Amino acid sequence: MLRDITIGQYFPGKSVIHRLDSRVKILLVMAYIIMLFLADNPLGLLLGILFLILGYGISRISYKLILRSLKPVVPIILFTAVLNMLFMDGRPVLRVWIITVTYEGIRMAVFMAVRIICLIAGTSLLTYTTSPIALTDAIERLLSPLKTLHVPVHELAMMMTIALRFIPTLIEETDKIMAAQKARGADFETGRLMQRAKALVPILIPLFVSAFRRADELALAMECRCYHGGEGRTRMKQLHLRYYDFVACGFMLCCIAGTILINYCAPVVF
Amino acid sequence: MGFIEVNHIHFHYDAEEGMEPVTVLEDMSLQIRAGEFVAVLGHNGSGKSTLAKHLNAILVPQSGKVTVDGMDTADEENLLSIRQRVGMVFQNPDNQIVATVVEEDVAFALENMGVEPPEIRRRVDEALRMVDMYAYREHAPHQLSGGQKQRVAIAGVIAMRPECIVLDEPTAMLDPRGRREVMRTIRQLNEEEGITVVLITHYMDEAAQAGRVVVVDNGRLLLDGTPRQVFSHVDVLREVGLDVPQATLLAHELCASGLNLPDDILDENDFIEAFLRRMEGR
Amino acid sequence: MAAIQTEHLSYVYSPGTPFEKTAVDDVNVEIEEGAFVGVIGHTGSGKSTLIQHFNGLLAPTKGRVLIGGEDLWADKSKLRQFRFQVGLVFQYPEYQLFEETVYKDIAFGPTNMGLSADEVNRRVLEAAAAVGLREKHMEKSPFELSGGQKRRVAIAGVLAMRPKVLILDEPTAGLDPRGRDRILGQLREYHEQMHNTVLLVSHSMEDVARYCGRVLVMNRSRLFLYGDTREVFERADEISGMGLSVPQVTRIFLGLKEKGYDVRTSIYTMDEAKAELLSLLAKEGK
Repeated sequence: MLRDITIGQYFPGKSVIHRLDSRVKILLVMAYIIMLFLADNPLGLLLGILFLILGYGISRISYKLILRSLKPVVPIILFTAVLNMLFMDGRPVLRVWIITVTYEGIRMAVFMAVRIICLIAGTSLLTYTTSPIALTDAIERLLSPLKTLHVPVHELAMMMTIALRFIPTLIEETDKIMAAQKARGADFETGRLMQRAKALVPILIPLFVSAFRRADELALAMECRCYHGGEGRTRMKQLHLRYYDFVACGFMLCCIAGTILINYCAPVVF
Repeated sequence: MGFIEVNHIHFHYDAEEGMEPVTVLEDMSLQIRAGEFVAVLGHNGSGKSTLAKHLNAILVPQSGKVTVDGMDTADEENLLSIRQRVGMVFQNPDNQIVATVVEEDVAFALENMGVEPPEIRRRVDEALRMVDMYAYREHAPHQLSGGQKQRVAIAGVIAMRPECIVLDEPTAMLDPRGRREVMRTIRQLNEEEGITVVLITHYMDEAAQAGRVVVVDNGRLLLDGTPRQVFSHVDVLREVGLDVPQATLLAHELCASGLNLPDDILDENDFIEAFLRRMEGR
Repeated sequence: MAAIQTEHLSYVYSPGTPFEKTAVDDVNVEIEEGAFVGVIGHTGSGKSTLIQHFNGLLAPTKGRVLIGGEDLWADKSKLRQFRFQVGLVFQYPEYQLFEETVYKDIAFGPTNMGLSADEVNRRVLEAAAAVGLREKHMEKSPFELSGGQKRRVAIAGVLAMRPKVLILDEPTAGLDPRGRDRILGQLREYHEQMHNTVLLVSHSMEDVARYCGRVLVMNRSRLFLYGDTREVFERADEISGMGLSVPQVTRIFLGLKEKGYDVRTSIYTMDEAKAELLSLLAKEGK
């Protein structure tokens, strides 16, 4: 069912990673991505993997969840892997008809696959350990310098919050509408593409109507609670940097330095 | 002078092509005193929700005047102070919760008002305890039952420390358990915190719990009094499409068949007491 | 033959996960053809899950559902035919309206059945009349109507399939007393004309007492009781013990009984209540 969507699901916890300042976490993930792309030696990637294992371990997020977050991107990983394998010049390993698989190709394929997996798992760790509201909040604060350029940062963040708030509600609603139309004999499972697309009309229209109605009512409720834009607004939760935020940043810098060092000094292992 | 004064207001929606303009409120006057618990009873389309929206300046009367704590709702300057003093809770609990975490939602109004963060924290905790939802402060709204969501919405309003809350059919979408929870919360806020409550409803059993019942029909004030006084007008209420409590109705019908029972019976206990008194008196 | 029969019906949500929950547990019930049944039980008692089995929106984890004696899940290709036989009106059904006109929306179900245009037309008009929609409403957009009218359009959309069994999940939720009486009255009239089987899920014991001949009580995923309305209200104290309310008139008699008066407690209508009280007065007056 639609309800089982888990991408970006937050698992509350009390670990140090959960408690890290969400702004710091976003910056760390960006640094981690840079680190992954800096690494051109398998040893460097290994460091990236170790970093992940450590991160998931400390935050007590099950490693199984990595697999779950990878599921939707498996086709992309396979596709890039195959492309790399087939179109890389170098020492041939296997030759079938006109297709040549090279040693360099396999190496590159594995390398890229590991890199993408690390990238997904790393960003997932951010969403697993940070509540959506903290994320939105952090983005709002990180982007707040743009306010001077008249970028509506607060409004964008508010929109994100509301979207996050209503996703579960609208998913539930979609389930209900689908069931109701099925009870009137609607058929979503058979037929050609055009027919199937047409079959969605009885779901989409009620869904849109309902979303507009909800938006209307929400706007009214917000006005009743003195909402008048971002001006003069305060926040209940203040973000403070603590010692572990600095430790984490320091650790990240060391890892990046390590990766660069490996690139220059370590021998190519395979 | 009342805390909220509604003086001879009129309100109509503009006509569609070829249609008569729809009059929603006609010469409506109402005074709500501080600390009262008023139920506004009426069927759908009677104008009761439109009246509610006039109480915190969401709508402004087309003629006549509404004042809250002496402030005219038609004056834009007063808008935020009126909304802070008169909070509003709506029917659909889903469509009034803004944030993805309960406590963040309760903080929403205070953040808008620019309250200092430590004070927000204090008031959010206080409001959540008042509605008995403190244990759920870190939950996501969609994990809560309807009654719980509605209590969060109430907390989000009382965190502003309003003098009055207006609830527009807050239980219409809830199951009996949720309705009981919400009604208990509303009564507590009125009795223990002294908050003025205006409850818009079409459930007579809820209206019976108020200190004063106002019946609205066709945009006019029909009846105004204590629940006992109002529900004694059984025939008037039924005529405008409202229920009366079964106990009241039963007493009314027994009276019609010649039995002498008082006409101010509200619930089964009243009825049993009156009936037994009647029986022993024979 | 029973309109709906279940044999050891069980349903488990999210089996094998930490969220596993048995929503319906070994329910055996036979609902007679032509009955007007009230389905009660509080939120989470399993009643919504149960009724979604009756037209195949949910498949039993264990056990069988028989419609008119035939196993609903024996042949998956026939599932859709069963859905036409057992019409299900969801809570707040007005949120499923989508067509440009009321007429077209009501016609959605019968058109899906593959009926001829004439037959669809006949059924749409019949269903619209049954819920009191007039000619002038038919070419309007359903989104222009009032809340109560939208609700009736949605119900007509299911009636137009002429289901043998009609299931309604709280059809009066959010309506005022007048709207409620109107819809329930129309459903009763339709039932008396068509002799269809009706299952009315409701939180209001007053409504169940007034309209239903039979009552099905669900409690903690199990079938607590299925019987005549009187049988159910004879156990009024157990019903209130479950956290369900009983009508206020019934509470009056429960209270009198508690005070030591010899009265029946299975009273649930106003007329009965009046008669019982007058006879009590006569007895005690001696």
